[in-house]
Amino acid sequence: MSKSISFLDRTKSFFAEIGDMTYFAGRFFKELFSAPFEFKELIRQCYNMGIRSLFLVIVTGFILGLVFTLQSRPTLSDLGAESWMPSMISISIVREIGPVIIALICAGRIGSGIGAELGSMRVTEQIDAMEVSGTNPFKYLVVTRILAATLMLPLLVIAGDAIALVGSAIIENLKGDVSYTLYFNKVFDALSFNDVIPATVKTVFFGFAIGLVGTYKGYNCAKGTVGVGEASNSAVVYTSMLLFIIDFIAVFVSDIFFEI
Amino acid sequence: MKKDNRKPVLELKDIHKSFGTNHVLKGFNMQLYEGENLVIMGKSGSGKSVMVKCIVGLVQPDRGSITIKDQDIITMGQKELDLLRTEIGFLFQGSALYDSMTVRENLEFPLRRHEDKVKNFQGTDASVKSALESVGLLHAIDMMPSELSGGMQRRVALARALILKPEIIMYDEPTTGLDPITANEIIQLMRSIQKEYNTSSLIITHDVDCARVISNRIILLVDGINYAEGTYEELSNSSDPQARAFFKN
Repeated sequence: MSKSISFLDRTKSFFAEIGDMTYFAGRFFKELFSAPFEFKELIRQCYNMGIRSLFLVIVTGFILGLVFTLQSRPTLSDLGAESWMPSMISISIVREIGPVIIALICAGRIGSGIGAELGSMRVTEQIDAMEVSGTNPFKYLVVTRILAATLMLPLLVIAGDAIALVGSAIIENLKGDVSYTLYFNKVFDALSFNDVIPATVKTVFFGFAIGLVGTYKGYNCAKGTVGVGEASNSAVVYTSMLLFIIDFIAVFVSDIFFEI
Repeated sequence: MKKDNRKPVLELKDIHKSFGTNHVLKGFNMQLYEGENLVIMGKSGSGKSVMVKCIVGLVQPDRGSITIKDQDIITMGQKELDLLRTEIGFLFQGSALYDSMTVRENLEFPLRRHEDKVKNFQGTDASVKSALESVGLLHAIDMMPSELSGGMQRRVALARALILKPEIIMYDEPTTGLDPITANEIIQLMRSIQKEYNTSSLIITHDVDCARVISNRIILLVDGINYAEGTYEELSNSSDPQARAFFKN
């Protein structure tokens, strides 16, 4: 009996949290289009999330390209299909692996950072202090961060994909004597807008999810340092789950509208 | 102190607030008059901080009315409430300085949207410097909050509360966590600010020294209601043992 009550309570609180988060997202859209606009803070957040994540994305993307090519090469060699290597790598990275891996990396860096920062501001009454001074903290802290994550993630993924292809080209050049020109000619021949557009559009939703969950968890952080840790941790866990759900929906929808 | 003929700048009537089954405020009443220093005393967990958060709209009371300068804050919209908040300064218990901003940016923050509400506004830079000068911390203008001591943080928070030149200032435990010397400096600073800016002050504290030095009137908050009310002398010499117990030291 107690187990079933506990399960029921958990289910209830799960759906209550989804409801709260939906309301939170609705408030974001309402505040997004109403003046005053916090441009200076938005630019600061874009810099924090974009430029400061760039090194991590470049390193991850480069290693991803290297490893993926090294791992795939023997199998394609056995099948005598080495010439397909640039096409296979580029389509895999641009369509799926690049966006998902970079988004997961950013969920760890950006999502947890937002959760911890806003959580700590909530616990130390800094958010209350903003409210009492007649400033809308939701607009200043939440809207700017969600918008910055939404704008920056597609750019980070494009950068990560490009670097991953450079890493792959280096391996192909070293192991397969494929020139860089030939490699990138094959890459651009293989890729079409049907690959690039859906992949880029879904990264917009990935960025929105990272910003939304991070700000929601931080802004509604429970009191105490434990609350800050939980906000940061659950921001990463929830975002990672949400990214895969969004990815599935995006692939499903792309399949209907684009020839993939 | 005669108060019947004066109009209160802040009035609370029959305020009730519960968190689940915990009934914190059970019909609290209060009036704050112009130029007055009103101290609310009570044990930890008696609902003092909840009450002051109800006044600034951070917590919504379950029942009752809160009127600031003849405006009912419970029924007003968010925009009106934000405007009214510019007339109230609030000193948080833990200072609540924005730790990613310098002292200057902390003070500039409330001015971003409301500089037109400041009487005789001299410009952002001049206002920041003037507020910092009044708390004796002009030299710390470009420092980060983490570089300041607890007492300095409290003074910067006070300067931030003053920057919009509010008519009412609320102090939530202004001396808690400070050593006696620094606590005394903060108390003297509060007195000088009251004289300089002619503000009405609501002070939440359980520091008897603070109450003795600064109060014109004291309300004892016990079990969510006004238990006793009077001047420091009246309450400290009260025949009621529970009232007298607050002032034993």
